[in-house]
Amino acid sequence: MLVNLGIGIPTMVANFVPDDVKVFFQSENGLIGTGPIPEQGMGHRLLTDAGGRPVTALPGACTFDSAMSFGLIRGGHVDITVLGALQVDAHGLLANWMIPGKMVPGMGGAMDLVTGAKRVIIAMQHTAKGKPKIVNKCTLPLTSARPVDLVVSELAVIGFPGGHATLLETGPGVTVEQVTAATEAKLTIADTISEMRL
Amino acid sequence: MKTVSPAEAIAIIPDGATLMIGGFMGVGTPERLIDELVRQGKRNLTVIANDTAVPGQGIGKLVDAGLVSRTIASHIGLNPETQKQMIAGKMAVDLIPQGTLIERIRAGGYGLGGVLTPTGVGTVVEEGKQKVQVDGKTYLVETALHAEFALIDAFLADYLGNLSYALTARNFNPVIAMAADTTIATAEHIVPVGLIAPDHVVTPAPLVDYLVTNG
Repeated sequence: MLVNLGIGIPTMVANFVPDDVKVFFQSENGLIGTGPIPEQGMGHRLLTDAGGRPVTALPGACTFDSAMSFGLIRGGHVDITVLGALQVDAHGLLANWMIPGKMVPGMGGAMDLVTGAKRVIIAMQHTAKGKPKIVNKCTLPLTSARPVDLVVSELAVIGFPGGHATLLETGPGVTVEQVTAATEAKLTIADTISEMRL
Repeated sequence: MKTVSPAEAIAIIPDGATLMIGGFMGVGTPERLIDELVRQGKRNLTVIANDTAVPGQGIGKLVDAGLVSRTIASHIGLNPETQKQMIAGKMAVDLIPQGTLIERIRAGGYGLGGVLTPTGVGTVVEEGKQKVQVDGKTYLVETALHAEFALIDAFLADYLGNLSYALTARNFNPVIAMAADTTIATAEHIVPVGLIAPDHVVTPAPLVDYLVTNG
């Protein structure tokens, strides 16, 4: 399975891969088989992740140029991407690359990842400074016309079957009411809500 | 192919030139050519690259020195100086999805007028662009990019100019090597012909106009 992780919370996903799942992590600067940060003195200045931080390469790793890297992404060869979000709307549309007038970093690879990966998972805090991030309609510029597949926060797991935000799981000790109170978009409540297994 | 010193290589670049520069957050950027651009004070440059690195590193040095009037890149978020100059109106910045940027460059080098990509459909990226339907799916027409000069960094160059790259320093380098009128390459090691096996040559020698000497 080929997986691309965004920066921040998504990066931590690499620490929770089950032993029986073979995962290759891609760094979009041109690496499949990205490993953890190197031990002191074992890094190489020409081996970094997409943020320019030193990484290692695991057995079976390979490197390639940016055209192939984005061919892998846009061409549907990446099985899962896990990304952060600024806003996700009631239909799963994502805004995660700019806040007009405040933060204009550029979209980097985000638009290609959301457009091309087979499955797009958002890993984020449920709210930002107390404000819901799962909204009726994104007010920030969209990342793609393609909706995300799943949102995982500390409060809930939310999917978008039929194009509607649907509560699938709650966090440990979190009630459905707590989730809906922290969510602007109207949530469909699945028939059976399970508690997240951590 | 000619071998030149860094000073001779940069001397052929006029003020106002359009440069494609290899590297990703400074990794795989021809640092000695950057330093020489700063030393010779080449002004009013248009830079086409993935990013502008960070202040004091790679393309960030050109930004620090105020030599760049236009940047075409996918990400400038880690360089506050680029953002400052953009907001102050000192530098124009075109932000392009990374996969679209590299494909536009590839198209330029491969003799294509552009590419059709689904990336950006339904976002601000589609503004002003032609849309095309292929088999019921919508694509944006993204036109080819060219430059006057490509500044690239390889790991190995042989005496003829065949190049190979190392680890994640490959990134934009072999793609931009094809998309400019003149390609100038630096290499970590310059080695005898044959040391890079034919199967391991990534950028063929005829694409390299100038190889910058080491040491």
